[in-house]
Amino acid sequence: MGGLTAAMFLFLIASGLSLIFGVLRVLNFAHGSFYMLGAYLAWQIVHWVTTATGHFWLAAIGAAAGVAILGGVIERCLFRYLYDREELYQLLFTYALVLILGDAAKFAWGTEQLSVSRPSLLNGGFEILGTIVPYYNVFIIATGPLIALGVWLMLTRTGLGRMVRAAALDREMLDALGANVGWLYTGMFMLSSALAGLAGALVTPIQGIVPGMDVEIIVQAFIVVVIGGLGSFWGTFWGSVLYGQVLSFGILVFPGFSLFSVFALMAVILIVRPWGLFGRPIR
Amino acid sequence: MKNLAARVPWTLVVFLLALTIPWLGGRYYTFLATQIVIYALFALSLNLLLGVTGLVSFGHVAYFGIGAYFCGILMKTLGVPFFIAFPAAGLGTGLFALVFGYFCVRLTKIYFAMLTLAFSQIVWAICFKWNDVTGGDQGLPDVPFPDLHWIASLPGFSHFRIGDQFYFLALVLVMLCVAALRRLQSSPFGRVLTTIRENRERAAFVGVNVRRYELAAFTVAGIFAGFSGALFGIFNRGVFADYVFWSKSADVMIMTILGGMNHFWGPAVGAAVLTILNQQITSYTEYWPFVLGTILVLLLFVFPGGIMGALDAGWTRLRHRRSNA
Amino acid sequence: MLEVTKLGKSFSGFVAVGDVSFTVETQQIAAVIGPNGAGKSTLFNLITGHLPPDSGSVVLDGRDITGIQPHKICGLGLGRSFQRTNIFPRLTVFENVQAAYLVHRGRGRDFWSRAESFYRDETAVLLASIGLQGRESTVAGTLSYGNQKQLELGLALASDPALLLLDEPTAGMSASETHDTIALIEKIASERALTLLFTEHDMEVVFQIAQKIAVLHQGRLIADGDPAEVRADPEVRRVYLGEH
Repeated sequence: MGGLTAAMFLFLIASGLSLIFGVLRVLNFAHGSFYMLGAYLAWQIVHWVTTATGHFWLAAIGAAAGVAILGGVIERCLFRYLYDREELYQLLFTYALVLILGDAAKFAWGTEQLSVSRPSLLNGGFEILGTIVPYYNVFIIATGPLIALGVWLMLTRTGLGRMVRAAALDREMLDALGANVGWLYTGMFMLSSALAGLAGALVTPIQGIVPGMDVEIIVQAFIVVVIGGLGSFWGTFWGSVLYGQVLSFGILVFPGFSLFSVFALMAVILIVRPWGLFGRPIR
Repeated sequence: MKNLAARVPWTLVVFLLALTIPWLGGRYYTFLATQIVIYALFALSLNLLLGVTGLVSFGHVAYFGIGAYFCGILMKTLGVPFFIAFPAAGLGTGLFALVFGYFCVRLTKIYFAMLTLAFSQIVWAICFKWNDVTGGDQGLPDVPFPDLHWIASLPGFSHFRIGDQFYFLALVLVMLCVAALRRLQSSPFGRVLTTIRENRERAAFVGVNVRRYELAAFTVAGIFAGFSGALFGIFNRGVFADYVFWSKSADVMIMTILGGMNHFWGPAVGAAVLTILNQQITSYTEYWPFVLGTILVLLLFVFPGGIMGALDAGWTRLRHRRSNA
Repeated sequence: MLEVTKLGKSFSGFVAVGDVSFTVETQQIAAVIGPNGAGKSTLFNLITGHLPPDSGSVVLDGRDITGIQPHKICGLGLGRSFQRTNIFPRLTVFENVQAAYLVHRGRGRDFWSRAESFYRDETAVLLASIGLQGRESTVAGTLSYGNQKQLELGLALASDPALLLLDEPTAGMSASETHDTIALIEKIASERALTLLFTEHDMEVVFQIAQKIAVLHQGRLIADGDPAEVRADPEVRRVYLGEH
């Protein structure tokens, strides 16, 4: 998959992570698991609905919805009871989810790599400067930011979004004002999970579905949100782009040290400018 | 009764009990006990940060790994004898902890945790790729055992093989470290660390240079983690990069919390329980992560104080019932 | 004892404290008052080193302490209590105060001895003087609000300060609790020859014990003098009418 396509997927996922951090002040380790579940669910839906046309799109939406529901149930039944506890407990809970969901996926779908074929609508590609660019990749590069932009607009331009941002700043105040903070949090959690699930579904034609894709993506998403700034939309965007560039640059300059370079970048940002490139200064 | 319990020299008692294992059990039990003892030190070192000072580190495994590689490289590649390599590994790790820690303590909460994670992954990436020194993804197999023949000449110890001999060595070294940690935590220095955990702002305004104390705790914790790593490298017959992966940081944190981070022996108890559980369950099923995740959820919702916390609470309730009866 | 000169602090253009200057004489009891948002807490934070000022200086007993870190200022003889009770909740009452002594007397670097043996007598004496004798082994977090405030006072006193800053010492207290707290503060101030600077919303308390009052409004000092002067000041009356 091309660098830009990868960056857009990462952006889609990282923005969900950033959204949850902005509202709930917790880094959701399980975000990568939702991504993975979205992919598996999409495969499952395609598997069930083999004959209908447009089954890919059905699968994508179904996967996003399914993961959103799962997220909602988890938040309502379990996560909300940890809100007044120390942040460490919330973090550990999301990690426990990673363990549980990871094995649940393994149990349900096995360890063999699965794949989903591209939607017939977007098959093939066009030639540009000697290389073939798949239509599907173009679709992702176009839609990824569109979706995230939609979410961002919702947050900044609508009343609902304003409440979300208020909740992030002062939960008790909002509660006192009569807003139903509980359902707000649930809603945001579901939205964030839906984003992750959708990204997982959309990635299936390009990348194989394997166990371990949850952990792989969450580490990358963490780096991106740290670089960009936890809770900042544009930070996540530029963070994703920068991540992709540093990774490819690292491969060129220190082949074998590309891994090192992204973590080094993360460390440098935290040392020099911990609130990230676009975050609000915390000092 | 609780006062009586407090006066028992637990460190000595645990040491003596643990000493008997090679006589009582077979080689498997000695093997398990060695693993438990090493992880117990690792978990206790993390608790100096987590339970005592209130510092949440996601990157503690870095120091475990650095200690392992340090000792392994010194002993295998450079042929340095254990009694030099071991302390050198501890000190070397301490140096890394000092440098990394200097940057980490300038941050708080999630940012602190993220930076510890970043440093830990940097260490992992270097270990994974630096083929010349660390063996890269092949690692450092066949780290030699230290020369322990002299143990066989001790009365009553003659029938022990190298596995048991190493257990004794590890046990003695770990217990010395544990005693030191115990001393540290009940000292004025340890008391100051708890004030930082309880209320960082207030601690500063009774005169505590919070950053400096946190850095000291970070370095000491790193040194002891390094010791545990050094022992592990030998025990494991090799040092490999996946032991420095961040999931191991999560494992040791779970051990610490499972046992109870508000009690000195909590992490050791957690290390023992988790190691044994792991051995048992992985022999029946491959879904250990699922079990671990469930245990963690139970811990968080039902037993936040861990095993020792639950025991404490149960004991208090028993006492109240007895006094009310 | 305390000289604040042209102290200023802004946050992204918003002037929290602007050009504030006043002095507090040794062993004087002074108060800083003002409506909500007047900048009292910010002023305190500037004096105690929690916030670096943009301009101006703070001189304590002849020594310039502007912008010095809080833990150092504490060691130079300035004690402080905070608005929200600031104690060490899971430590016992004894351990709370003892910790302050350990740090202040330079024992914090001792990593070998047993902590419990140190400063037992001093701690007991201090606890008695603030009315918490006999509560040594109570876990601090389980104390009543009033007792926690007393403990917090004890923490501030353990560092043997010459100047004590009290941030809303009677906040959230009933009339009788307020009375007891003020009596305690006065007793301690005279016993230890302390200089006192406090902020308060309760005007009765202020006019009862303060010898000098500084009035802040929107970050600026609008009045500074003894209670009678301040009470008569027209600007002060304008600012406060409608508040009380």
